[in-house]
Amino acid sequence: MMPVILWTDALIFLLIAVGIASAWWIRHRPHLMLPWQRVARSSVGMVSLLVLSLFIMVGVLDTLHYRAALPEKNNGQTVYSPEVLSAFDALVSGLRNRTEKTYSAPLAAYLYAKESIETPDGKLLRDYPRLKFGGAHLDNPERELAGDVFKRTLLGTLGGLLVALLLTGGVVKLYPATRKSKPMGAVFIAALVISGVIGAVANLTLAYHVLGTDKVGQDVLYLSLKSIRTGLVIGTVTTLVMLPFALLLGVAAGYFRGWVDDVIQYIYTVLSSIPSVLLIAAAVLMMQVVIEMHADWFDLEAKRADVRLLCLCLILGVTSWTGLCRLLRGETLKLREQEYIQAAQAFGVSSFRILTRHILPNVMHIVLISVVMDFSSLVLAEAVLSYVGVGVDPTTISFGTMINAARLEMGRDPMVWWALASAFGFMLVLVLAANLFADAMRDAFDPRLNRTEGVT
Amino acid sequence: MIAYLIRRIMYAIPILIGVNLLTFALFFVVNTPDDMARMQLGIKRVTPDAIAKWKEQHGYDKPLLYNAQAKSSGKLTNTIFFEKSASMFVFDFGYSDDGRNISREIQTRMMPSLAIALPTFFVGLLIYITFALLMTLFRATALDIAGVALCVVLMSVSGLFYIIGGQFMASKMWHWMPISGYAGGLDSIKFVVLPIIIGVAGSVGSSSRWYRTIFLEEIGKDYVRTARAKGVSELRVLFRHVLKNAMIPILTGVVVVIPLLFMGSLLTESFFGIPGLGSYTIDAINAQDFSVVRAMVFLGSVLYIVGLILTDISYTVVDPRVRLQ
Repeated sequence: MMPVILWTDALIFLLIAVGIASAWWIRHRPHLMLPWQRVARSSVGMVSLLVLSLFIMVGVLDTLHYRAALPEKNNGQTVYSPEVLSAFDALVSGLRNRTEKTYSAPLAAYLYAKESIETPDGKLLRDYPRLKFGGAHLDNPERELAGDVFKRTLLGTLGGLLVALLLTGGVVKLYPATRKSKPMGAVFIAALVISGVIGAVANLTLAYHVLGTDKVGQDVLYLSLKSIRTGLVIGTVTTLVMLPFALLLGVAAGYFRGWVDDVIQYIYTVLSSIPSVLLIAAAVLMMQVVIEMHADWFDLEAKRADVRLLCLCLILGVTSWTGLCRLLRGETLKLREQEYIQAAQAFGVSSFRILTRHILPNVMHIVLISVVMDFSSLVLAEAVLSYVGVGVDPTTISFGTMINAARLEMGRDPMVWWALASAFGFMLVLVLAANLFADAMRDAFDPRLNRTEGVT
Repeated sequence: MIAYLIRRIMYAIPILIGVNLLTFALFFVVNTPDDMARMQLGIKRVTPDAIAKWKEQHGYDKPLLYNAQAKSSGKLTNTIFFEKSASMFVFDFGYSDDGRNISREIQTRMMPSLAIALPTFFVGLLIYITFALLMTLFRATALDIAGVALCVVLMSVSGLFYIIGGQFMASKMWHWMPISGYAGGLDSIKFVVLPIIIGVAGSVGSSSRWYRTIFLEEIGKDYVRTARAKGVSELRVLFRHVLKNAMIPILTGVVVVIPLLFMGSLLTESFFGIPGLGSYTIDAINAQDFSVVRAMVFLGSVLYIVGLILTDISYTVVDPRVRLQ
């Protein structure tokens, strides 16, 4: 086994490191903890955080990439498979490997299309063949399927609930304070429901394709889970690459004014005056041309797809930093007239120190709010861009590529609806959780909003 | 006012030059004319002669930005950049790769785009504001909370879902509307109804919530309390006072969009097979026709700047205190 670190992996690790470091930093500073404690008091915020962290867990597992060693050796040297897998793939290898021939409906035991089957007495029959894995343990699927599915769902749910009860029981035992707080009650109930669902689905996947299979027979549940990483990368890495630009330029324009302000305003007016879809499309087109012409840069297909994903993030970042930059400029313009800044200037404190010690901490809430607000729109944008043909690499599994592939099958009769429904469903849950969490964070961090909420 | 307008238009020129430089850099520096020629000619027929000939035909046989051989001002004007962008300022976009006049294409494709974009815009505005006013009227009650929850759910649904779902329902279940295509004149109505409905439904969540926030901001102000104290009914407060005073933030977000309506919607048009500017752009993107994409980028930024100027003018209409100088 050889670990592989792709570009986006490295950036995700960086992001996790930054997250842990800032959590450590905030922990011992009560005034920074305050808004977070406000978030922790919101039921909706905490439940959506729970859902989000499940998604993040899948995404992070899917980020630990490696190449498996092949059994045969070349002159004593280990040969590695060209296929890049992740820890998540290894974890759900059953889902990944049990591929059927083509489409099959969710929880089906038969293939979607008719085929010629040879009966034991030598005759050819045109019928729906049995699936290789879905419901293969049943002797007579027509009669036994419903009962078997019911039994497995029930057992799985019970198992999931049991695990959840043990876990939450442990948490309550360790932190008795959680027993009384209101959001924790909601979180416990949500945790129970989620683990029940996960238990049921996990138990069913052992014998069925819970969400059906796609055109080449891949399990749709597996594809949906793999798409999560792409969505998370687009939503977070984009912000990570645009943040330095927006922060530096926005604060500099507001603080220094004069010609610095003019130049920076000119740059962002130019960028924002181009319709963003067109700018993204144009940039992605150029990137595609460059990557196609330099196929020799990448020794693995996964690396090429990954660089494309990274470039998409960069491009989305370049086109989306202007909004935040404008907000930061406005806020800094206001802040620099405050007395404490003028006092600092009068004392001869250097501009750099004023910016880092006084201005930056005071605009951080704007940055945080806009980062979480942008996340959901970026996840949605990925699907649209992939549909238009300027999104991720076609070999990258993402919600956009899933929708694109499934869309072509809408006209078939009976309809192949499951791939579309799963992609939209997973995306809805992810974006909804992100939106609700963003709202909770905005309520907690925005001082202005709190006041108006109080009046109404 | 006139002086103000002239100054704003003058400001627009450096911005447009910047836009042009940017798109130029994207297209020509990353993808040199030689590469373009090779791509257009195909792999088989690539000879240096063929490339030179293609470049000459399409006007790419000059230096990119700076012509050292030319005399005086020719150093800057006798280049690809100048020739390709100067003509854009008089809206002459040249020819697409399949030899059609881009300006004429834009003229003929504008109408279908507008036939969808304008009704979507106005019907949408009406519905969003009504919905937001209703939520404001019932603020802090169960109705309002349900409304906001609905908005959050609606805005979490992918735009693709509305299009695919709407198209599917209309075609499979009702059989009363063509799914895609377009016809001129009055026949166009039956083709545009579905895209309009879907376009309006697509942003009902985010827009209504946004308007609600604006209205809530206004309703906490002192003049509203004064009006209520005078005994003005709540409905009258909403329409006469809150709506009127919320006009400035509403216009800030809305007027910029109006000129961009000409550009059509990329997604809706390509899904419904409407021969508008949006689908034109998508086709150009897929065919890697850079002259068309460049023309659309330029047109888009011109319209955006027009939108910004219109926003300023609209302020003077709704708020007599605003004077443009």
